[in-house]
Amino acid sequence: MSVRKTMTRRSLAVVAAAAALGLVAGCGGSGAADTGGGIKDGKVTITMGLYGVMGFKEAGLLERYEKEHPNVTIKAEIAGDEQTYYTALQTHLAAGSGLKDIQGIEVGRAKELVDTRATTFADLSKVPGTGHFLPWKQNQVTTADKKVIGLGTDIGPMAVCYRKDLFAQAGLPTDREKVAELWAGDWSKYVDAGRKFKSGFKGDGVAFMDSASGLFNAMIYGSSRQFYDTKGELIHRKNPVVTGAWDLAAEAASADLTAKLRQFQPGWDPGLANGTFATTVCPAWMLAHISEKAGPKNKGKWDVAKAPKGANWGGSFLGVMEQSPVKDEAKKLVAWLTAPEQQAYLFEKLGNFPSSEKALKAPEVADAKSEYFSSAPIGEIFGAAAREIPDKQVLGRKDGTIKDIFSQGLTLIEAQGKSKDAAWKTTDDRIKKATG
Amino acid sequence: MALQTYRRRTFWHRLDVRGAPYAFVAPFFVVFAAFSFYPLLYTAWISLHRVELSSMDLMEWVGLDNFTALWVDERFWNALANTFTLGVLSTVPQLLMALGLAHLLHYRLRGSAFFRVAALTPYATSVGAAALVFTMLFERDFGMINWLLGLVGMDPVNWENDKWAAQLAISSIVIWRWTGYNALLYLAAMQAVPDERYEAAALDGASRWQQFRMVTIPGIRSTVVFTIVLSTIGATQLFGEPLIFGQGPNGITGGADNQYQTLGLLLYEEGWKNYQMGRAATIAWAMFLLLILVFVAQRVVKRLAARHVSRSSQ
Repeated sequence: MSVRKTMTRRSLAVVAAAAALGLVAGCGGSGAADTGGGIKDGKVTITMGLYGVMGFKEAGLLERYEKEHPNVTIKAEIAGDEQTYYTALQTHLAAGSGLKDIQGIEVGRAKELVDTRATTFADLSKVPGTGHFLPWKQNQVTTADKKVIGLGTDIGPMAVCYRKDLFAQAGLPTDREKVAELWAGDWSKYVDAGRKFKSGFKGDGVAFMDSASGLFNAMIYGSSRQFYDTKGELIHRKNPVVTGAWDLAAEAASADLTAKLRQFQPGWDPGLANGTFATTVCPAWMLAHISEKAGPKNKGKWDVAKAPKGANWGGSFLGVMEQSPVKDEAKKLVAWLTAPEQQAYLFEKLGNFPSSEKALKAPEVADAKSEYFSSAPIGEIFGAAAREIPDKQVLGRKDGTIKDIFSQGLTLIEAQGKSKDAAWKTTDDRIKKATG
Repeated sequence: MALQTYRRRTFWHRLDVRGAPYAFVAPFFVVFAAFSFYPLLYTAWISLHRVELSSMDLMEWVGLDNFTALWVDERFWNALANTFTLGVLSTVPQLLMALGLAHLLHYRLRGSAFFRVAALTPYATSVGAAALVFTMLFERDFGMINWLLGLVGMDPVNWENDKWAAQLAISSIVIWRWTGYNALLYLAAMQAVPDERYEAAALDGASRWQQFRMVTIPGIRSTVVFTIVLSTIGATQLFGEPLIFGQGPNGITGGADNQYQTLGLLLYEEGWKNYQMGRAATIAWAMFLLLILVFVAQRVVKRLAARHVSRSSQ
């Protein structure tokens, strides 16, 4: 009995030690180039890493591709939040493992990937039938030696969404052509219109615009040079586009024309529904959000007018990884998903605005009207904004972070009573820290 | 031959007796080494470099530059101060209320089981859910708190943008979640205090309040110390509540003016917004060193106090 007992104890100890070793060994990496995709018995499996609502799965396009290509299976993994997605993508890129065959790229990250990870992406410049994109869109993912690391999906051309009923109460025109004339060609006229609104509006609790940062972003996103020059040096301090946008946004903030809200944050959504502000600068993809949050009771009260200048906020690409074992099949899939017909279809289904010049001309895009926004011809308005954007936009590695820092800097003026100079100094310090 | 078998047997026997205990505790220590000790050392190594998340394979040696830069970084001192004030604001009322609540639950009352379970439900709620609901309550234009303030004729408070309002709001989330939990710990300790002491105190003419102060509190002293330690650890790690309260970019920076950024959030900002792993690792180590400092200071104070007591008793 005692012998058996010691035996059991001994073997237990061995098992325990082995288990402990196994745990450690389990932490080691497995095959490095494994993307989960591959070809087996003539069956092709392609994996995709996506985020947010890029729409391919939601609108049933992946299913349709599988039906048209019976030997292809697509496995898409969709992260809800782009920030989380990109953090994971970065670690996967650094480790060279855990990547999918196809990875989504948000435009805010495009420059960083073009600069630091271009070799890990396959070149898509020679994929047949991909000459249909807006030139500025394609340039965002083209390296210095003309390699294209992604194909464009959607874009976010900007307009101004406004409340007709509130404009009428303030004695401003309500017709979208006349409203666009109020600020045609110059954002400072938009702020002037705000002053007119403020003096004309009888009553309380309604601001002209939601936030100063919305105005700031629209002014930056419409110009060819923003926070960086072509050499990748920061130019926000001396670029007149940035300082001009800062001055005007600060002016709007201190003239009390803003509701001091932050877009997509609590307070903003109920503000859309209850009308605490009369305008918001809106990229095309924001319309779905506004109509959902403002709800059916505000249908027909909102309208869309052309912005003073064309600008773009957001948009994505699909890239193929160089290490993918099914690179050619993945390229074919990406080309198909971003083809004009599919882009037009996604616009119809989900409102993702096409980055393909050809799709912009398709009747289902060009003639599209939004019933919720007083039947505004959104295809025409946003399409015109998309064509106004300069062909060569200089992006920078930390554009997204810098944009957030500027938004917070404007909040310092808007909601915390800081002076414009103090807020600029804080903003400049933060940019230094975030990019250094 | 026989000797050899005997020797072999004793060898195995001795290995069994001496070695087996180590083998049994090995799993814990191996896991500890892999998931705690190794990361600790690797973090220290990273903190001596300039390295970005997108290129972890390229590390540039900078020595102690990250630490000296952190020492003169006002964001660090701001975060440290916020962590302290948020800790005090959330811990002190929390424990006092828990004590009061436990005292009430200690009385014989109808449906005591219900009240005890009810006290524990906030604890069972996830940080995310609780913080989200509180964020909505504290919303500026359409939040319930400002609506209630409006009913009694007060001006709406800009909860997120005002420094102390924001810290109060965040503390209230922590207080709401942890008061019931601490109350139950106190209650359990109170039930272990023998009834005879209360009877004796009552005979001596002690009022209810005197009984509470002189009998109950000393009786549950060790539990009180335990909850203070636990809440202090929780306070230094405060992260989820302010992150969710700020929503989006403001959550990571703890407000547009960093008015409620804790050390945990500053670490997160450096690591997962600026992607500067070297600087993030430096903050992690600074937090670790701070905890050690607090621990040492506490030991010194305790020893001094003990010496003082022994001297005065002589």
